Amino acid sequence: MLVLIAILGIVLYPLVWMVGTSLKSQPEIASNTGLLPEEFTPRNYTDGWNHFDVSFARFFLNSTMVALLTVVGNAFSCLVAAYAFARLRFPMRGFWFAIMIGTLLLPQHVLTVPQYILFKQFGWVGGDWPYVPLLVPQFLATEAFFVFLMVQFMRGIPRELDEAAKIDGASPFGIFRYVILPLSRPALVTTAIFSFIWTWNEFFRQLVYLSDLKDYTLPVAMTLFIDSSGQSSIGPMFAMSVLSLLPVFLFFVAFQRMLVEGINTSGLKG
Amino acid sequence: MALTTAEQPSVRASRAPGIPAKRRGSRRGRRSEAAAGYVFLSPWLLGLMAVTAVPMLLSLYISFTNYDILSPLSEVEWVGFDNYKRMFTNDPSYWRSVTVTVSFALIAVPLKLAVALGVALLLNRAWRGVGLFRGLFYLPSLIGGSVALAIVWVNMFNREGAFNGFLGLFGIDGKPWVNDPSWALETLMVLAIWQFGAPMVIFLAGLKQVPTELYEAASVDGAGRFRQFRSVTLPMLSPVIFFNLVLETINGFQGFTAAFVLSNGTGGPVDSTLMYTLNLYIKGFTDYEMGYASAMAWVFLLAIGIITAVFFTTGRFWVHYSDGDDR
Repeated sequence: MLVLIAILGIVLYPLVWMVGTSLKSQPEIASNTGLLPEEFTPRNYTDGWNHFDVSFARFFLNSTMVALLTVVGNAFSCLVAAYAFARLRFPMRGFWFAIMIGTLLLPQHVLTVPQYILFKQFGWVGGDWPYVPLLVPQFLATEAFFVFLMVQFMRGIPRELDEAAKIDGASPFGIFRYVILPLSRPALVTTAIFSFIWTWNEFFRQLVYLSDLKDYTLPVAMTLFIDSSGQSSIGPMFAMSVLSLLPVFLFFVAFQRMLVEGINTSGLKG
Repeated sequence: MALTTAEQPSVRASRAPGIPAKRRGSRRGRRSEAAAGYVFLSPWLLGLMAVTAVPMLLSLYISFTNYDILSPLSEVEWVGFDNYKRMFTNDPSYWRSVTVTVSFALIAVPLKLAVALGVALLLNRAWRGVGLFRGLFYLPSLIGGSVALAIVWVNMFNREGAFNGFLGLFGIDGKPWVNDPSWALETLMVLAIWQFGAPMVIFLAGLKQVPTELYEAASVDGAGRFRQFRSVTLPMLSPVIFFNLVLETINGFQGFTAAFVLSNGTGGPVDSTLMYTLNLYIKGFTDYEMGYASAMAWVFLLAIGIITAVFFTTGRFWVHYSDGDDR
């Protein structure tokens, strides 16, 4: 038990230090490496919010929009694909399923270069709405992980329900709408939560596709701090780090039990 | 969709429930199910083609050219295996990034799994509040990959960071870890190990599956706790260890964000944090050498494929699946 508390202390130390440092005054940051400030000040938060030409409100808005649309796209497209794989018989189903499992192992870094080239050919890169290349894949069920998760979930829904609906004359669409969709809520919620958190933290693709300051999402905006890394901006940088982690932290508090059980049953990664 | 279901029963009811009709219905049903299957699958199929398959073929082609994103695709020059040749024979930074990535995976992944298993064993008991512990250990896995956390992490290992402050308590004079080429990568390894929560939760799930009778039988046979761990826990847990090992190795090879943040996108100091994916990003999106970057991506993909295959073939010798039909 003591060992556990010691490990927990080490695990939580960086987080507490981050919050503590964000509340220290500028001179204190250099002199006091301890956890808590001697004198609490909210200055870093107000300074950080307006540190760049574009306010952090804009970055938050951009990130929120990208994350929410990703959630909608993933939830819908992966659910539909999973229903086909889990419940419907059609030619070549096994083949497509094997391909789907295969794409689970594809590293995104391998795909990003060719996707960028292709999307640029389509005129999507740097267009009027720079989020198109980030969002289109999400509406086409390319997050194989969630397809797999939902297939596994749907296999647990009793087939008798489909049969009963079929006898009542329901078409595959009807079964999807009135049997599978309502019963898949837990899997949808899990997908939505992880989709949101992963997109919120996602960096590589956003870095590649977003080039205009006003379009930046939070992760990309945060890198501006390391570009201009004078010692003077450490306080604001920490304050904005805390704020940008806040939504994930709130999700964690609200869904703690579910998050842990979710990776438990499905092998989801954080 | 609502219309279809509303219509369907009445159509059905109006037809006599005779056998021929039924048979015809079911055959039509099967055909309509196949059609519906492809309708439901269509977003995924479209995604597979447009976002995965076509780009991959395109990148295979481009990896044999000198394509820079700036000139049109029609003007690319075919250079054969030049990109691959340059990678293996004439690009020290390439081998540097391979070394960095492999050593990162070889050191950080086993340590992370060891910590995850150790904490899982400690947590594998029922007492009040164990759920809270589990959750708090998992928290770093949720935020650990973010830019914000990486920025904080790098500062923690700075000259004036918390880590040196901590060492100061023991009278040890620390160093600017992140600016020291021989320590920068280690800083990132510690960050990776810190996120042991995700494999830990999977280990916990695995530990719950171990039948308690096995431990009872082992202790009747006089096995001590260490012997029980070696002869019962480890073999019973081997499928989960295997699963975590494959997943974490692949994850480890893809580490990008923290290395980017630590070095401001350069892989420094002195290429010490030049992870493979960071090198690929620099070649493709900073130097605009898309042909070379595509070749790097294909070698990466092959390497991951080979490593996975090696895991699966060697896994047969140490992964024990219980023969029961529960799995």
